[in-house]
Amino acid sequence: MRDVAIVAFAQTAHRRRTDELSEVDLLMPVLHEVLGATGLKANEIGFTCSGSADYLAGRAFSFTMALDGVGAHPPISESHVEMDGAWALYEAWVKIMTGEADTALVYSYGKSSPGEVRDVLTRQLDPYYLAPLWPDSVSLAALQAQALIDAGDTDEAALASIAARSRTDATTNPYAQLTGDVPAGDHLVHPLRTGDCPPIGDGAAAVVLAAGDTARALCARPAWIRGIDHRIEAHSLGVRDLTDSPSTRLAAQHAGAFERPVDTAELHAPFTSQEVVLRKALGLGGDTRINPSGGALAANPIMAAGLIRLGEAAARIHRGESDRALAHATSGPCLQQNLVAVLEGESAHA
Amino acid sequence: MTDVLSAPLVVEFPFTRSLGPVQSAFLTGLRERTVLGVRADDGTVLVPPVEYDPVTANELRELVEVATTGTVTTWAWNPFPRRDQPLGTPFAWVLVRLDGAATALLHALDAPGPDAVHTGMRVRIRWAATRTGAITDIACFEPYEGEAGPDEPTHHDGEFTDPVTGIVAPARLDYVHTAGRAQSAYLKALAGHRTVGERCPACRKVYVPPRGACPTCGIATAEQVEVGPRGTVTTFCIVNIKAKNLDIEVPYVYAHIALDGADLALHGRIAGIPYDQVRMGLRVEPVWAEGAAHPDHYRPTGEPDADYDTYKELV
Ligand SMILES: [Zn+2]
Repeated sequence: MRDVAIVAFAQTAHRRRTDELSEVDLLMPVLHEVLGATGLKANEIGFTCSGSADYLAGRAFSFTMALDGVGAHPPISESHVEMDGAWALYEAWVKIMTGEADTALVYSYGKSSPGEVRDVLTRQLDPYYLAPLWPDSVSLAALQAQALIDAGDTDEAALASIAARSRTDATTNPYAQLTGDVPAGDHLVHPLRTGDCPPIGDGAAAVVLAAGDTARALCARPAWIRGIDHRIEAHSLGVRDLTDSPSTRLAAQHAGAFERPVDTAELHAPFTSQEVVLRKALGLGGDTRINPSGGALAANPIMAAGLIRLGEAAARIHRGESDRALAHATSGPCLQQNLVAVLEGESAHA
Repeated sequence: MTDVLSAPLVVEFPFTRSLGPVQSAFLTGLRERTVLGVRADDGTVLVPPVEYDPVTANELRELVEVATTGTVTTWAWNPFPRRDQPLGTPFAWVLVRLDGAATALLHALDAPGPDAVHTGMRVRIRWAATRTGAITDIACFEPYEGEAGPDEPTHHDGEFTDPVTGIVAPARLDYVHTAGRAQSAYLKALAGHRTVGERCPACRKVYVPPRGACPTCGIATAEQVEVGPRGTVTTFCIVNIKAKNLDIEVPYVYAHIALDGADLALHGRIAGIPYDQVRMGLRVEPVWAEGAAHPDHYRPTGEPDADYDTYKELV
């Protein structure tokens, strides 16, 4: 087994609209930032992998345009997932583990501003039984929230406190979009209020992965990926217990998350209610700092927000603020698919 | 920035899907006001039915009929219905476990307000007046205080006359597309019949149309450079099949054209010369139609052909 670490992370300041920026304009600054931080040139990167979704901005093959920002000529070793960048990171990790690369550039971006993201996300649903009803992303999350309330796992006040904690923490995050004293607001879809829902916006993120001594040369304190795994549940909501996330638990188990406590967890929970599910599935107690960045409730650039969880957790290790962190990313309706990674700083490993 | 062009963009398509035996029986059943489930490996009945067991992944084929009444397992009140959702008035999204089924179906519940909805409430299907074999054959659910259906579903052979074998799910998404800085500048210049590219500050190549970045160097381009209007055909093809909605007689020639001063060829149609006389190196110039945003086509300038060495890097 090779040791692989996240050695650099950058993200944009996430904003409601970025009309003056094409996808590649949005992306280039974060690509340059991570390359600058490691001193790597684009042609020194062993593998490049990206995550994005054409439906968000309604532009076919937008990821091929985004490649202009990488300097992909002469041809590079490259791949793309039509998913959150966390899954692009997973692919890059596999590529390094197999010995086919020593370094990887992973990036993702999402421009939600051109479309109606609640409608756009209905198109990822089963086309036979779900998509013809156009159940939007907030409505599906609200069904899950009500199930949690019925089960006694939370109530509207507890959800509001998750929102408040997240946006208060986000006041120290210069990249966050929604920070500070955000009112709980009216019910958007009952029982979820506007405050329980993530901001809609545009953003991008990038990380650099490296193996072994290369990682040590590129970063003073690499964030070593001790384990990473992703698992998926049935698509049909009526088959699942929406108050639990067995796929998260299984991924965490495979990633070694339960072997020792983590001091930090960056959870990709766009809705307050989903944090309740994830904490329960991961058995996270009061000793673990949850989403010090403010999480997806403070900035939720779709397709990048999961990669940002991995980046935020790694950055805390880089800065010496965490020794062992859990990072989580999700995809699909009501936490259908979940990725968990365990990251450690070198001293914690000794 | 107000320099950025924007325009409505509608992405619309019919999503055409064929159905397997289980989905076909279920959707045909809805047309006939019959709700079918499938028995999973653990003996429970899944509604809506799937073709493979969610736990074991085994193929499932044993169909049963369940009741049209059921129990709400969770709900969410939607005060602002969106386009194409099942009801135009405020409604509750519900997961409903139909009597005889072990799993729940997503649909809408017609109720006067959130106070009238709770988990555990009893509901029944309201059928759509016109049914075609689709999930929308269920118009919605409605509150129901009557008898529950049997707990034990009955066997069904899944046979119907004139079964539905496919669905067409219309999809439409509305966007406001913004062109970004580089493309906006390019389009505005085109409106004045000028072609303006951007030069890479590192390798000095001029890209037309500009995309905001140099794909070789991976850095932003910003310096604007007017190119053309004349250019050289670097390669071409002869189109022999008429494209839908395109009013051009075949055969015609479609070519890559390197405008003078550009380091990337763009493409356009060649006219004003018999199709079989178009050649690499042919010198051309744009022809603008009245009020058009792009050149209609390119025509020969009458200059001698360009030497291959002058454009070989752009082929
Ligand atoms: Zn260049």
